[in-house]
Amino acid sequence: MSDIDTVSPTVRVQHEDFDLQAEVAALSAGHHEIGAVVTFSGLCRDEGGSLEALELEHYPGMAEAEMLRIASIAIERFGLQGLTAIHRFGRIAPGEKIVLVIAASSHRQAAFDGANFVMDFLKTSAPFWKKEHGAGGKAGDWVAARDADDAARNKWTPAG
Amino acid sequence: MTKLVYFAWVRERIGRAEDELSLPAEVMTGADLLAHLKTLGEEYEMALAFPDAIRIAVNMEHVEHDESIVGAREIALFPPMTGG
Repeated sequence: MSDIDTVSPTVRVQHEDFDLQAEVAALSAGHHEIGAVVTFSGLCRDEGGSLEALELEHYPGMAEAEMLRIASIAIERFGLQGLTAIHRFGRIAPGEKIVLVIAASSHRQAAFDGANFVMDFLKTSAPFWKKEHGAGGKAGDWVAARDADDAARNKWTPAG
Repeated sequence: MTKLVYFAWVRERIGRAEDELSLPAEVMTGADLLAHLKTLGEEYEMALAFPDAIRIAVNMEHVEHDESIVGAREIALFPPMTGG
């Protein structure tokens, strides 16, 4: 299993935007055992024009640690050959990217499952919180956690 | 002394991002901590009125309310997470 043990995830928490193409290239460069790359990008919605921006708060240190923990579990569980997870914080406008997960494997199913798994756990366990800023400077509310996200996480057994 | 850190609406309701507190010896679990904090002032009572909505991390790892917090360097209190 030494080839699995040597796969270490790339995890970043940053305000700056990221370049999906560049991240895919960095993950797969020189790794010709990779036959499948699945990417997930999460974008900021405008909620029908009512949202001016999202404010992403995070717990520095724990956010990185938790993303790394989830990513490492996914690599082992699905036998991934590469995994990148990037989450932005700070003010993000509609249309901008918030999160990126890239999972790479020899065959497609592991990459699809790995990316899905990481997103399900990232949403419910990584310490990030969204606050909505309404159009016209309307004071914002914190986004409420969704039961559907817990249900999505709970479909993975054993739990991550 | 134990460092407490707060995030999102827990931080806003308490009115600051962190505290340094000396916790009584009988405060041994996360649930004990929430009950103790609620005796310290209205802001804590307001922030922690619904304990089921509060998540706890000890030294940057999630813990359940019935788990020990004894010896923690840093305890975080925050609402359910909404990233992604």
